[in-house]
Amino acid sequence: MRYLPHTPEDVAEMLSQIGVNSVEDLFVEIPEAVMLDRSMDLPEPLAEADLLREMRQLAGQNASVATHRSFLGGGAYNHFSPAAVDQLISRSEFYTAYTPYQPEISQGTLQAIFEFQTLICQLTGMDAANASMYDGASACAEAVLMAMRLTRRSKVLLSKALNPRYRETAATYCRYLGVQLEEIAVDGAGRTDMQDLVAKLDDATAAVVMGYPNYFGVVETLADVAEAAHGAGALLVTAVAEPVALGLLKSPGELGADIVVGDGQSFGLPLSFGGPYVGFFAARQKGLRAMPGRLVGETVDLDGKRGFVLTLATREQHIRREKATSNICSNQGLCALIATVYLSLLGKQGLRELADQNYAKAIYARERIGALEGFSLPFNSPAFNEFVVRCDAGVERLLETLQAQGILAGIPLDTDYPELQDCLLVCVTEQNTRRDIDELVDALAGGVS
Amino acid sequence: MTQAGTSGLVLNEKLLFEHSEPGRKGYSLPTLDVPEATLPAELCRDEITGFPELSEVDVVRHFTRLSTWNYGVDSGFYPLGSCTMKYNPKVNEVAARMPGLADIHPATPQALTQGALALIYHLQEDLAEMSGFSAVTIQPAAGAQGELAGMLTIRAWHEAQGSTRSKVLIPDTAHGTNPATAALAGYDVVPIASDGVLSLAEVEAHMDDDVAALMVTNPNTLGLFETNIEPICKLVHERGGLVYCDGANFNALMGIARPGDMGIDVMHFNLHKTFSTPHGGGGPGAGPIGVAEHLVPFLPKPLVVRDGEAYRLDDDRPQSFGRLLAFNGNFGVLIRAYAYIRSMGAAGLKRATEMAVLNANYIRARLEDVYDLPYKNRSLHEVVFSDKNLAGGCHTLDVAKRLIDYGYHPPTIYFPLVVKGAIMIEPTETESREILDEFCDAMLVIAQEASDNPDLLHNAPTVPKVRRLDETTAARKPKLKWEG
Repeated sequence: MRYLPHTPEDVAEMLSQIGVNSVEDLFVEIPEAVMLDRSMDLPEPLAEADLLREMRQLAGQNASVATHRSFLGGGAYNHFSPAAVDQLISRSEFYTAYTPYQPEISQGTLQAIFEFQTLICQLTGMDAANASMYDGASACAEAVLMAMRLTRRSKVLLSKALNPRYRETAATYCRYLGVQLEEIAVDGAGRTDMQDLVAKLDDATAAVVMGYPNYFGVVETLADVAEAAHGAGALLVTAVAEPVALGLLKSPGELGADIVVGDGQSFGLPLSFGGPYVGFFAARQKGLRAMPGRLVGETVDLDGKRGFVLTLATREQHIRREKATSNICSNQGLCALIATVYLSLLGKQGLRELADQNYAKAIYARERIGALEGFSLPFNSPAFNEFVVRCDAGVERLLETLQAQGILAGIPLDTDYPELQDCLLVCVTEQNTRRDIDELVDALAGGVS
Repeated sequence: MTQAGTSGLVLNEKLLFEHSEPGRKGYSLPTLDVPEATLPAELCRDEITGFPELSEVDVVRHFTRLSTWNYGVDSGFYPLGSCTMKYNPKVNEVAARMPGLADIHPATPQALTQGALALIYHLQEDLAEMSGFSAVTIQPAAGAQGELAGMLTIRAWHEAQGSTRSKVLIPDTAHGTNPATAALAGYDVVPIASDGVLSLAEVEAHMDDDVAALMVTNPNTLGLFETNIEPICKLVHERGGLVYCDGANFNALMGIARPGDMGIDVMHFNLHKTFSTPHGGGGPGAGPIGVAEHLVPFLPKPLVVRDGEAYRLDDDRPQSFGRLLAFNGNFGVLIRAYAYIRSMGAAGLKRATEMAVLNANYIRARLEDVYDLPYKNRSLHEVVFSDKNLAGGCHTLDVAKRLIDYGYHPPTIYFPLVVKGAIMIEPTETESREILDEFCDAMLVIAQEASDNPDLLHNAPTVPKVRRLDETTAARKPKLKWEG
């Protein structure tokens, strides 16, 4: 096997140095009764060329954003990633290193994380960001737990317009921690219902959790929510599943959010069937020591030279064990690096222009679809790059018809929102050309006629 | 001896933000081909203060320079104990980037993602066969999330039995994630003592009817097989509990013994350790869990299942504890692990385990006369020394830092906590005898230096770009972002 360097002579000499007769003798501590007395039943090994052939064969059975015109969003977004991103993160000094436990030989990773933390703070309007979390959903769940630690309260209000998968994940993390999770209704504009929110807020409420934009692409009026939450002594947690929006929208920090989490997949990460993505996590300064996850800080070495280290480790599991702020012990290092490289390339102007394009394309698509016979737009609110479409004739057969034409038109909403039967979540990004959008519109019109 | 570490031309590099020049950009967007649209002004932000403005070449040089300040498995020997820093095969990287795998949207209809679902399904099956479990889920994103998935599965099972047990037993050799995870699953942690390996008597003394589970690591963090594991599992089961196994050290067992056959109920795998996927500077990993038959209904949803010739995501799992991530796990990592298993085959994987154990025992044999070896049982994949014998007031940290000067990534240090000044060395199977010899020579020279000239250790490292860093001030006055 090409990954194993030992020759028979090496093995013999090493066994002799150890003072045993055979490789089997190295396993003497394992009781006979639990030794596996047969070979594992696994497929025969493949040579490199054969392996790639098999992988291509598997790959060929999938619809991708290259084989289909895709209008799928809902927490994972089809954006272009410049060539330099993959070239740089493919430097193996980055991807074959581990967590930077030895800072003297990990300054590359550490400085990049410090830059990631800075970029996330700038985007979210927060004071401090960590080195990243698994994904947006788990970051959101950890934000709920942090809000409970900070307020010492146990009720959390989740907007029903928050990504349903984020709500489910929060419910999982809270399942045995004595948390009372309640949902806030959605109003007729596709926003979190303020009346319902105010009715449910009380002095036991630790946090209100909102999507921004929310699952329907709608831009929530965060400032009003923040005011209401703070009035009751609760925190506002904002989850940003599509952070390209932050190139255009006011930052959650500016609008009063206390903790901002989200998923950085949009920043150059491949869709990769749902992962690995990268959760980001940012908060106000006063919450710093209650934060989960790794943090990188600036310091100096013995000669006074600037350098970076992992810091505030006393929050973490390897020191605090069962009293830690989280059980997380890694971050999504390489994914955070992708986001950092991507944002460096886009920069101040690029991110704004990209966000403008996404917004304009979605508006174009939304207006054209909304004007079609048999289609309507249930929510007439400012939305970013996705929006809800109602199709009077139902969506199931329509989606199948469009699939046959190579179009993935959107995500049906009825499973998560029974009240939105016959509705689709349609996402448009800079990757969809006007021609793609026009073809979608024509296919939708043809699909119901 | 020749020192592998040397100084060369190392380039300084500012922070991104310090490079920034107004008007520079490193991107090109297609021309907007639809009418412009303007979001209501009250929703729009001002420009992002401090956000970088760089050309593409600025960005490329920046990150290339940063990369040269790192040490990876591709740079050299990385014997970080319990982290299994084996070689990360290049073909796996090619596979993970393949069109048709890297660019599938997770909400694509399942009929159109049969290749991806088949890959996941077969990976689950292979992991189940290797570990002796009835079913495997690939959803958890990392080892610690796998632990959480395992403990939530255990808790959901107890609930279904009408049991409200509240405690979890964890040996003192355990990784910190074990107690942190048990707490996150709402359990009270009861630490129990081990003397190298866990005794049946110690478990028996604590195993009352309020104990939901025992969390063990096997082989444990001392690199030792838990020899009493079978009777321990039997006892825990008899008293109504379940056994969780931290599978971080599964690299010692492939093709040799299966945790499922030992009576363990749940175990997580670290695909980024045993299955060769790169650690990525701290992630992404993947932490699938395998479970015994009685726990299958409680696994997270969705689960990839097979119906005849078709594969699907099963969401209809009423007893499931729920979901841990927005989508279906770290697919990009799963592709790499699948490619690894397909490249190695059953015999190759067993050989990997054998050579990993051979390498660890070889290092032990070469160093045990000089470095203190607190536990003498036969080691498996890793060996733990202490700094007790070091002269010159030198400690584990000094040895670690001096190893950097010699060109090696240091071992894991000060863990497990039961060994004072622990030096935990895990070579993995992908290192040759020559590399191990050079490393051992360096370790022996360092021990000699400690007695002859201890300042060489105290002042180390001197070769890298920076010397020892002031971690105390970093924690006391945290500076976590650039502020201009």
